Amino acid sequence: MAKMSKSPWVLHYDAASCNGCDIEVLACLTPVYDAERFGVINTGDPKHADIFLITGGINEQCKDVVKQLYDQMPNPKVVVAVGICACSGGVFKETYNILGGADQVVPVDVYVPGCAARPESIIDGIVKAIGILDEKKAALKEGRLDEYEAAHCKKKQQEVEA
Amino acid sequence: MTIFSWQFALGYLILAPFIGGFMTGLDRKISARMQGRVGPSLLQPFYDVSKLMQKETKIVNHLQQFMVSSFVIFVAFTGALFFFGGDLLLVFFSLTLAGIFYVLTASCANAPYSSLAAQRELLQMMAYEPMVLLAAIGFYLATGSFAVKDIAAADMSGIVMLPGFFLGFLFILAIKLRKSPFDLSTGQHAHQELVQGLNSDLSGFVMGLVEIAHWYENVFLFGVVGLFILNSHVWSIPVALVVCFLVYFLAILVDNVSARVKWKLLFTSAWIVTACTGVVNLLVVSLLHLAK
Repeated sequence: MAKMSKSPWVLHYDAASCNGCDIEVLACLTPVYDAERFGVINTGDPKHADIFLITGGINEQCKDVVKQLYDQMPNPKVVVAVGICACSGGVFKETYNILGGADQVVPVDVYVPGCAARPESIIDGIVKAIGILDEKKAALKEGRLDEYEAAHCKKKQQEVEA
Repeated sequence: MTIFSWQFALGYLILAPFIGGFMTGLDRKISARMQGRVGPSLLQPFYDVSKLMQKETKIVNHLQQFMVSSFVIFVAFTGALFFFGGDLLLVFFSLTLAGIFYVLTASCANAPYSSLAAQRELLQMMAYEPMVLLAAIGFYLATGSFAVKDIAAADMSGIVMLPGFFLGFLFILAIKLRKSPFDLSTGQHAHQELVQGLNSDLSGFVMGLVEIAHWYENVFLFGVVGLFILNSHVWSIPVALVVCFLVYFLAILVDNVSARVKWKLLFTSAWIVTACTGVVNLLVVSLLHLAK
């Protein structure tokens, strides 16, 4: 059986983005970067997706949508926050309507900073996500996915604190 | 001389998923080159299905598994019967039955996008079905038999008597291959207006099965294209293969240069083309028979 990482299908959701990062995400699929070389498909269906790509900060209106999309994705799945707004809320962090980054509602595996994030760094983030996807697949096979995710979250938190 | 036999049918059952997957890979590669991209590897469809099979399967309604299995079984049966050399009418009826199972897969999910796609798929079937049945009748008039074995063993290629039928069949082939401008109910390309149409609520293993069924279906459809060319001479086999490849290339080209049409245009154009090609050709062949 081929590795899951050979066919990463991406679900792209624009939470409360200014569209800067969204345009860069789409740029990854143009002839210049051609992410489809690596089997990446930008799918519109959460039930087919492996990688959940979120751009923009989270607000009260899109909070439930992000949760819903995450829940609809079958395991194993990886979440990538693209752009500084999805990472932490960015310049909107202190505003009354923004809750913060994507990690306020769903567990984020990879953070791609930048305003807007460059296509190169987005592809780099997806490559990291693909590695995690394979690890999660192995964990799922051994029936210790929850364990893996808890350990992974803890590690991320320590990194952020450091 | 005919190649249609039980060995050929068995070969189809075993090899069609590989040939179909390879064809899909070729499609994605050629499409990418047309758009100035490098494109994925030729084996990409196999990686995709292998991944889908390894993923968790979220079942919306347990009836889905039954419907999808029936879809795969009847598509494979359709192709096997065709390559065995069986009755063309039975082959086409079995294909319709498989199509209905696919529609039921989507409609039993009880979700808005799937339901809408199921209705569109029924409409597409209504649009292409007359041409499919006419093709069977055309073959009968040209060769005097509905059996694929006899049609392929005729002295003259079917296309000589049935050029209109061939053109009409090419038109509906675009609908059957789910390619632009007729990818209304579902398609390979992401960001469909209906999410993923018929496949919206399928995931994991079940979705992988649907992909394999499509591969079986595509190989069978090109078998029908080849049947227009085949005759009792051995050299007609390579010619049929070349024609199949050219037709596939044409379908990919049309897919890349056209946008999706609305259902009314799909429906009326399919019936008008059927009338202008299939029916006119049918009248001419019938008159020739009367003159004899």
